[in-house]
Amino acid sequence: MPVQILMPALSPTMTEGTLAKWLKSEGDTIESGDVIAEIETDKATMEVEAVDEGTLGKILVAEGSEGVPVNQVIGLLLEDGEDASALDGADAAPPPVPAAAPEPANAPAAAAAPAPAPATTPTAPASPPAATGNRVFASPLARRMAEQAGLDIASIAGSGPHGRIVKSDVEAAQAGGTVAKAQPAATAPASSAPDPATVDASGLPPYREVANSSMRKVVARRLSESKQQVPHFYLTVECELDNLLAQRKKLNAKSPEGEGAYKISVNDFVIRAAAMALMRVPAANAMWTDEAILEFERADVSVAVAIDGGLITPVIRNANNKGLLEISNEMKSLAAKARDGKLQPEEYQGGTFSVSNLGMFGIKEFAAIINPPQGAILAVGAGEQRPVVKDGALAVATVMSCTLSVDHRVVDGAVGAQFLAAFKPLIEDPVMMLL
Amino acid sequence: MADTSFDVIIIGGGPGGYVTAIRSAQLGLKTCVVEKKHLGGICLNWGCIPTKALLRSAEIYHYMNHAGDYGLEAKGVAFDIEKIVGRSRGVSKQLSGGVAHLLKKNKVTVVDGEAKLNGAGKVEVSKDGKALPGLSGKHIIVATGARPRALPGLEPDGKLVWTYFEALVPDIMPKSLLVIGSGAIGIEFASFFRTLGAEVTVVEVLPQVLPVEDAEIAAHAHKQFEKQGMTIMTDAKVTGLKKAKNSVICTIEDGKGKAQEITVDRVISAVGVVGNIEDIGLETTKIKTDRGCIVADEFSRTAEPGIYAIGDVAGPPMLAHKAEHEGVICIEKIAGLDAHPLNKGQIPGCTYCHPQVASVGLTEAKAKEAGYEVNVGRFPFLGNGKAIALGEPDGLVKTVFDKKTGQLLGAHMVGAEVTELIQGYVVAMGLETTEEELMHTVFPHPTLSEMMHESVLDAYGRVIHF
Repeated sequence: MPVQILMPALSPTMTEGTLAKWLKSEGDTIESGDVIAEIETDKATMEVEAVDEGTLGKILVAEGSEGVPVNQVIGLLLEDGEDASALDGADAAPPPVPAAAPEPANAPAAAAAPAPAPATTPTAPASPPAATGNRVFASPLARRMAEQAGLDIASIAGSGPHGRIVKSDVEAAQAGGTVAKAQPAATAPASSAPDPATVDASGLPPYREVANSSMRKVVARRLSESKQQVPHFYLTVECELDNLLAQRKKLNAKSPEGEGAYKISVNDFVIRAAAMALMRVPAANAMWTDEAILEFERADVSVAVAIDGGLITPVIRNANNKGLLEISNEMKSLAAKARDGKLQPEEYQGGTFSVSNLGMFGIKEFAAIINPPQGAILAVGAGEQRPVVKDGALAVATVMSCTLSVDHRVVDGAVGAQFLAAFKPLIEDPVMMLL
Repeated sequence: MADTSFDVIIIGGGPGGYVTAIRSAQLGLKTCVVEKKHLGGICLNWGCIPTKALLRSAEIYHYMNHAGDYGLEAKGVAFDIEKIVGRSRGVSKQLSGGVAHLLKKNKVTVVDGEAKLNGAGKVEVSKDGKALPGLSGKHIIVATGARPRALPGLEPDGKLVWTYFEALVPDIMPKSLLVIGSGAIGIEFASFFRTLGAEVTVVEVLPQVLPVEDAEIAAHAHKQFEKQGMTIMTDAKVTGLKKAKNSVICTIEDGKGKAQEITVDRVISAVGVVGNIEDIGLETTKIKTDRGCIVADEFSRTAEPGIYAIGDVAGPPMLAHKAEHEGVICIEKIAGLDAHPLNKGQIPGCTYCHPQVASVGLTEAKAKEAGYEVNVGRFPFLGNGKAIALGEPDGLVKTVFDKKTGQLLGAHMVGAEVTELIQGYVVAMGLETTEEELMHTVFPHPTLSEMMHESVLDAYGRVIHF
């Protein structure tokens, strides 16, 4: 009896993913532990290892297939002594087992070199349960059908007007096939009746299509929603970094060699200062819901990390109770994982506040887009020598511009200003963080 | 020197043709329409529009005859059939001129002539037998429409046996009339002439008048027609017409095979239409036809690349609004826009007899056939305040929902003004409503449209006003 290979759940909340690549072909011998396929979710790529041994009899879901539900049969493994005729009787319907069971979903796979680092922008796709601030555009019928089918409407790509999720999209997601995609405008119709003289009304030059990964689509949708739905409001302060830089030098000079070595970065100071400021101005550590504003009891800071092809936001949980050293070490480990595309969903989902630092790229200042459902995001620029006025005279100082973007439904201008008023002294005189 | 080379050439200036031409021009394409007779096509000149004008006269005549019901007095109520017809011709003429104006405003070239395809990209034009300069177009859209179908032995002769052409400009006001076919066209003419006093017999070969409508709605209309004095025979067929000088002896066979003869002044043959696929040069192309219509895909593309077919000539439903949307989708696809094919299940159908009939989506029977478990809502006009105030207590609003998902599968209405009300359900269906959204929609009071709300409530056991 052929063994069914099922689409694994890479996290407790995953409902579907993309079968990015088959690493074995039909007819290949499979040993236990062999990596047979790569599964892609919104943030990371995971390898699927074979548990059983045998021959890969049939691939049922082609590589590149998106929207493959967890538990869908993706292939059939012929056991010893079985031949291809055994495949005919094999039932392609998934067995009634709970989602997390089959293939080693948590295979801590060795760093696979070709694993494409997912191109992302700082967003935590899965929202905490109480979130009503996220608006998914879907027809009422589609919503209800998704609910009935146990599908997360937010994870379905929409092909309706303005990317709306419609009935046919939910049906496609249920069938587990390729989710209907919105056709890009001004593309030559790839149809059986060739259109010999397509008039391109928008005058675009020839182009290459870069397919949207499931992550790119989710990110595009969520950030568009954020910009459209969240009333953004911006406040900027300039912080003098000279004291911070001096103290950082002192601290780093005390680092041992080898075991226990550390290197505190300016951003580590920013994370700590932000977390402490959030504790002093709890109204800025909050989230909007239609019924009530949720003020969080600790600061879980999402930190934007630049990686090849994009950005990702691992979360420093309980940052207000962690010292610079702990924050620094945790950031290093998370950033490395991020660059390798190995962050687990629990490591990048959630967060109550975000910090994004583009200083290393020489950016003077910028205003970031809030990651829904958070209430604010702090954008930090490069520390550079600038002219300042001290006691009525021109002087030079190292200045860093910090712009806070707030969701005005939950964080008013005054509250945002209070947060920055608490944040700035901690940056300009880090010894204050000892209090 | 007139232009002969275009981005788009549209053969036929009816609702499909001229609307597509205007959209084409809006998209920046150099467009030409070739129309051999009258802009606006059948719809504007010999169909939709003039019939509505006639029916309006009949409607007012009806009210004048019932003036007493409203506390009014009207003595010597009479009609002049020539003047009634004259008004409808005037309306057609005005609108046809309007189409010419719209095409001019949008800088569409209009060629007065008969077009014939001559291989891909080429159109020959002639007028009264004389050849005009040929045209070449990157895209050619065939929108030649349809004409009345003739049943063997019952062929219209333009004198005693009418099609809608003659019925719209009757030579006499018939005292008695046989209408063969009870689809929208047949029933509308039956209604018109009956209201003006003719004795009308309608013969329908299927078991139901208005065969495409929901059975309950058709039954309600049937009863009303009979109350008005029409004789309706379903499951019956006309087996012979014997023409006298100024009348016709018609042999009608009922469902059991029993035959009877009636003598009428005139016969109207309203047994459907066939696409105009002859003499337009299809043989010079790879275009395929099927049962009198051109075969085209969901974007109106035919088997010949660069040639498209829209509207009646491309198949059912034979409705002007279907032609218009098909044409727009076709031209937008050509222009590279993100066009989506027409959802034929969301095209409403309206019949302007008295009482009016309007519907969209699946009938209750078709929904069940398709495997749906349904919730059905019904609300009678009798329960609606505005209907009673208007003196229009007859009618029904019926909604069909998918029990599982709450999807609105179909809406069917009979009664006053329903042809203007149906669009609400069409919009709702297009937006993929469930019963919830309709229940939460605030319909204004007092209106007939409130019945649309109550019908939905009824489908879920929550009706208030009945």
